[in-house]
Amino acid sequence: MSSNNESSGSRRTFLKGGAAVAAGLALAPGVRLLGVARAKPDDEAVTSAVRWGLLIDTTKCADCEVCVEACHTENGIEDQGNPATTPQWIRKLMARDKSTGHVVTLPMMCQHCEHPPCVDVCPTGASFRRADGIVLVDRHICIGCRYCMMACPYKARSFEHEKVTGQAPHAPRGKGTVEACTLCVHRVDKDQQPACVEACNASGHGAMVFGDLKDPNSAISNELTRHGGTQIRADLGLNTGVRYRGL
Amino acid sequence: MRSFLRIVTTIGVLAAVSLPAIALADVPFPDIPKGKGDKCVAPTDEIRKTHMHLLLHKRDQTMHQGIRTKQYSLRECLNCHVQPKADGSYPDIDSKEHFCNACHSYAAVKIDCFQCHVPRPDDAK
Repeated sequence: MSSNNESSGSRRTFLKGGAAVAAGLALAPGVRLLGVARAKPDDEAVTSAVRWGLLIDTTKCADCEVCVEACHTENGIEDQGNPATTPQWIRKLMARDKSTGHVVTLPMMCQHCEHPPCVDVCPTGASFRRADGIVLVDRHICIGCRYCMMACPYKARSFEHEKVTGQAPHAPRGKGTVEACTLCVHRVDKDQQPACVEACNASGHGAMVFGDLKDPNSAISNELTRHGGTQIRADLGLNTGVRYRGL
Repeated sequence: MRSFLRIVTTIGVLAAVSLPAIALADVPFPDIPKGKGDKCVAPTDEIRKTHMHLLLHKRDQTMHQGIRTKQYSLRECLNCHVQPKADGSYPDIDSKEHFCNACHSYAAVKIDCFQCHVPRPDDAK
């Protein structure tokens, strides 16, 4: 269904592309000349020409929770007083190697897999993967069955147990649905970085890099080429969009 | 017996048809709060019938394709239609002073949009 939309809009996009030279030299939907401003126009659908990803350097990850706080502030997640039911879009994990005693800390959030188990099991289609790689919950369709929470190997998703107040206007959230890290899709669509990445950079640690995995010249691609990056639970073959370094 | 019933039903139908709907109802027609500007994105009669269809179609486009234009966007509706009260605060979604609720409570059509969405415009604090 979605492929028809792309092909039927291609002529219109071509004409638009011809007129949009100043705006960013779009050659075709999603393909842009390197180095020129890349803001996606509001009326263009996202395409798979881009794949958003995160690279987290655990050697730079400090003992703070700046990313967690930034995420909660950005998305209007308030502490509901019960740690068992308060939703959690990102959390800090600490892992200690038993033989060497080496400790790593890392933030864990939705890994935005290429083959997400949550999407496979969702009975309604609410859990879906956008063309540009961001895995989202369409909370209009979500029935709150929590099958996706069971399927996720990373325990990335949370169920909203309580009536929600104090939502951010750009991040609607409500009781009875499942939610998870959206990779700050509302920011990404405006050519900004996720709140956690921005906060980590602002705090001076710089452990998180966000960018286009399909762009060979992006910062994240360069980092991955030079230093590598592993997936957590790579054995599952999910091809996650979030990679870690130093594990 | 049958002719008696026929007469009764005829009188009943005539009564129902002849009385105007507004006078017949116990509930007075709502006082719909005025929005910003002079007109909506579509004529009133049309938008009254089709606004949910437009909103639902737009939300699917926004969620699944990342299309974030202002036309038929819920937030843009709120930006115009939900205006602050005289004291500067914004009407509560459950009050009759909220634009959406004013009509929806009259029509007895429950909406659940605002269980998740913020019922205030973007510039509300």
